[in-house]
Amino acid sequence: MLWCKDAEFSQGAYSLSAGLQIEAGKVTAVIGPSGAGKSTLLGGIAGFVPQTRGALYWKGVDITTFAPAKRPVSMLFQDNNLFPHLSVMQNVALALGPKLKPGATDRKRVEQMLGLVGLDGMADRKPAELSGGQQSRAALARALLQDRDVMLMDEPFSALGPGLKAEMLDLSVALAKEAGRTVVMVTHDPSDAARVADSIIGVSPNKAWPPIATQSFLSDPPAAFVDYLG
Amino acid sequence: MARSAFSISAALIVAGLIIGPVTAVLWRGGGFTALSAADVSALKFTIWQAFWSALISVVLAIPVARALARRAFWGRSALISVMGAPFILPVIVAILGLLAVFGGNGMLNLLLSPLGLPRLEIYGAQGVILAHVFFNLPLAVRLILQGWLAVPSERFRVAASLGAPVFWLLEWPMLRRVVPGAFAVIFVICLGSFAVALTLGGGPRATTVELAIYQAFKFDFDLSKAASLAVVQLCLGLGAGGLALFLSRGDLLGAGFDRVVQRWDGSKVLDAVCIGFAALFLLAPLVAVAIAGVTGLIDLPSSVWGAAVRSLMIALGAIVLTMTLALPLATKAGEAASLLGISVSGLVLGTGLFLIVQPFVRPSSVALPVTMVVNVLMALPFVLRILRPGIEAARADFGRLGQSLGLSGFALWRIVYLPRVRRPMGFAAGLTGALAMGDLGVITLFSRPGEGTLPLMMYDLMGRYQMDAAYGAALVLVVLSLGVFWVFDKGGRAHAVV
Amino acid sequence: MKKTLLTVAGLMFASVAAAETNVLTVYAPDYFGSEWGPGPSIEAAFEAQCECDLQYQTGDVLPRLLLEGERTEADVVIGLNTDVTKRARESGLLGEHSVDLSVLTLPIEWADDVFVPFNYSHTAFIYDNTKLDGFDSFEDLLNAPDDVRVVIQDPRSSISGLALVLWVQSVYGDEAEAAWGRLAPKIVTVTQGWSEAYGLFTDGEADVVLSFTTSPAYHIIAEEDLTKSAAIFDEGHYFFVELAAKVAGTDNPELADQFMAFVLTPEFQSLIPTTNWSFPAALPIEQWPEGFQELPQPETVLFYSEDEAAALRDGAIEAWRVALSQ
Repeated sequence: MLWCKDAEFSQGAYSLSAGLQIEAGKVTAVIGPSGAGKSTLLGGIAGFVPQTRGALYWKGVDITTFAPAKRPVSMLFQDNNLFPHLSVMQNVALALGPKLKPGATDRKRVEQMLGLVGLDGMADRKPAELSGGQQSRAALARALLQDRDVMLMDEPFSALGPGLKAEMLDLSVALAKEAGRTVVMVTHDPSDAARVADSIIGVSPNKAWPPIATQSFLSDPPAAFVDYLG
Repeated sequence: MARSAFSISAALIVAGLIIGPVTAVLWRGGGFTALSAADVSALKFTIWQAFWSALISVVLAIPVARALARRAFWGRSALISVMGAPFILPVIVAILGLLAVFGGNGMLNLLLSPLGLPRLEIYGAQGVILAHVFFNLPLAVRLILQGWLAVPSERFRVAASLGAPVFWLLEWPMLRRVVPGAFAVIFVICLGSFAVALTLGGGPRATTVELAIYQAFKFDFDLSKAASLAVVQLCLGLGAGGLALFLSRGDLLGAGFDRVVQRWDGSKVLDAVCIGFAALFLLAPLVAVAIAGVTGLIDLPSSVWGAAVRSLMIALGAIVLTMTLALPLATKAGEAASLLGISVSGLVLGTGLFLIVQPFVRPSSVALPVTMVVNVLMALPFVLRILRPGIEAARADFGRLGQSLGLSGFALWRIVYLPRVRRPMGFAAGLTGALAMGDLGVITLFSRPGEGTLPLMMYDLMGRYQMDAAYGAALVLVVLSLGVFWVFDKGGRAHAVV
Repeated sequence: MKKTLLTVAGLMFASVAAAETNVLTVYAPDYFGSEWGPGPSIEAAFEAQCECDLQYQTGDVLPRLLLEGERTEADVVIGLNTDVTKRARESGLLGEHSVDLSVLTLPIEWADDVFVPFNYSHTAFIYDNTKLDGFDSFEDLLNAPDDVRVVIQDPRSSISGLALVLWVQSVYGDEAEAAWGRLAPKIVTVTQGWSEAYGLFTDGEADVVLSFTTSPAYHIIAEEDLTKSAAIFDEGHYFFVELAAKVAGTDNPELADQFMAFVLTPEFQSLIPTTNWSFPAALPIEQWPEGFQELPQPETVLFYSEDEAAALRDGAIEAWRVALSQ
């Protein structure tokens, strides 16, 4: 379980308070109006946004002061997920270590993962040669290959069309669950949450609320989110 | 964090290498001296001409850089490289070249007088500014061109599809970020001007602070005066640098996917005119020097090749040192510290180093390394000005990704940052090398005969009435400097990601 | 084994001893050490007779000497000129020489204990004789039409420029500033040093340049070019002499004395004209190269002792500066 205990994450003048627990192995969506702080919450968990109060626990271990690379967290950003000057193979292989020339075993693992996400044979292409959907798959491959317990997703598929987005959501959740990961994903579309999430964290300005089961949240939203959900 | 500690120690080393020698001279001279009235008027003129030179250079550079960013044409990259030449020329060569074109007996006047047009009088404040613009326009163009190339092509596409005003939306924010830094560097360069101001200024009204330092040191041996004036220079440089760096804040523009910039705005004819004028202005004096030099080549002694090799070695050493120091220094504070390097008089720096080195080792045995160190200090501000925008953009765009992947330190640089700054690094390395080749530097205090560099040999020849041979040496120097510049610049641009 | 060690040790000591040949360190200006300067031939001539190794250290002689102070490695300094020697003398770093000065052939009297002259010339305006008729006197030049283009050097950065202002001072005295005022409209520009000024002259940017009476010798002898002449003035020309001196703290006094004596020998002196393009200080005119013998020489030679030069310097420069800043 991921536990934000009386936490507050601050970036400049803006701060977000979060006292919540996320169940391990489940998919949790983070929704809320623009600017409320969804990305801040993810940034705080990942270690990019400073935590100014409280503590952060993963399965009982205090990871509040851990550097981003040391946290059991892999992250898919909104953009810039791939290095343009490296091939898909090199990009994905970075998950396994800071090498530009992966060895034979690593190559096999990367190719295997690429197969899982549907990018067979694309290993030697550069990101600029891939379509939007293919780039997302490559980024997903890398995040999965990083083998971290928690996978954070900050609207990484928002640029794709609805059909493609749904496909990517299904694919990533399926693969993550198969690997036993805990998924926390930011989305601005509640139907995404309905589709794949077990529970929903609502973020209103400056506050992240504890998770509520998806169906309950959507059919009977808390007062703060009534207007947002319409 | 490791990065900050490394940065800070590099900045301290640089600051120390500059402030240390100045302090040594001050201490040996016995403290400060008050400035005389003549010194103050020299100071006023120095600031005035530096300001206008920098302003005009930068203002003229903007349309030229924009034209170059927008238009692809055959020979474009060669033109960009060669246009950098004036900046790396030894001052005396450039002056003679400029006079060959703009002087009383120059090409322009020869063309104007039969047409009945008034003669161009170059000697005066206008000549000083003309010469400074000649030297610095290429640098300004390259710095601003870099800014243009850093705006992602996607944004131009968006603007084009919206019919939005490209200038206010995309170009102005970029210019606001890039131009103050370019202005600051050029301002500080012109502050230290000496030979140009004197020869083209026409007389003692055009006296600069550097001349006062020269006189204090070489004739009066008044170290205190020399050091006091050097401190004034440092304050001026820091002030200008600080102000400009403060002004060049603003949001960074975000990453694009590295495709070629295609644009749909602007007039082709106007762009061609801009590029044409700039090329003519910058190349005509060079051609004049080349023509004069070709005839002098036969008079060159064989020792010129030894001198050339020595100059090349200094250049390559300077490149390695500078690039190593530049990477940790690529922060705002680092750049401000580096501006100290070009604010201060090379003469004072050299003297101070001499004083520091002398109790421990024979100065002549460390002549080449010391010259290299001084070249590095003088090149750092340009290098940082060139590199910083690229590095900061890389940091902003991919810093987090790198961090989340657990990349740090050397791996982070190698995998994330360096590929993205290959182009500016190539330019910076080329510039450093070329500058080091043409620099007379502090070698006069440290040198031994038979160990001269090309510029020194050129001066030797001039001093021995052998003008033709001197031009020949100048030609060799220009060709080699341009060669060094081109090799690194092109190397950086080939397969460059950004 | 022991025998081998001893032999090796002996060889090492022998080589060390052999390596310690006598070294004479001479501080000289840049032009001296260049391969077209007088340095190399003087070095060869001296080494032939001294069984030593003469090494030059080139650069700014006086500043370097003063910076190094007592720690200087120099045994001899060469290339100083009287307009700056006062400072050198006052430093106490230079020692007395024991050279016989009676062989000097200078146009002035010279009896200094520390400095030995090795060459001389006079400041003069050089012009292109195919374009101008020349000038017989300073007045002639000052009265010339303003479209005559003259280039000079800055006295604050150039030793020849300094000699020029002292020349004007000695000819015009209190009227120096007025004289400068009459010359100013003809002055195209003022350069940092001699090289730039001469470069401007040869490029045609100026018709007249301040240089030395010996400049035409280069053109005549080395280039067979007779178009450059020196204007010889009735009022006289300023004497420009270059000197050598022994360093008091030298660790090689006998060798230094030997070199100082060598300076005035015909071997050294005969090298001067065609390597330094100046008149030898101690060689009768009959032994000069032909081109030099035929050079026009001024009848009157003006000269300030080093004390006078030091005293008048600031005023002379100020007169120049004020007049040219109008």
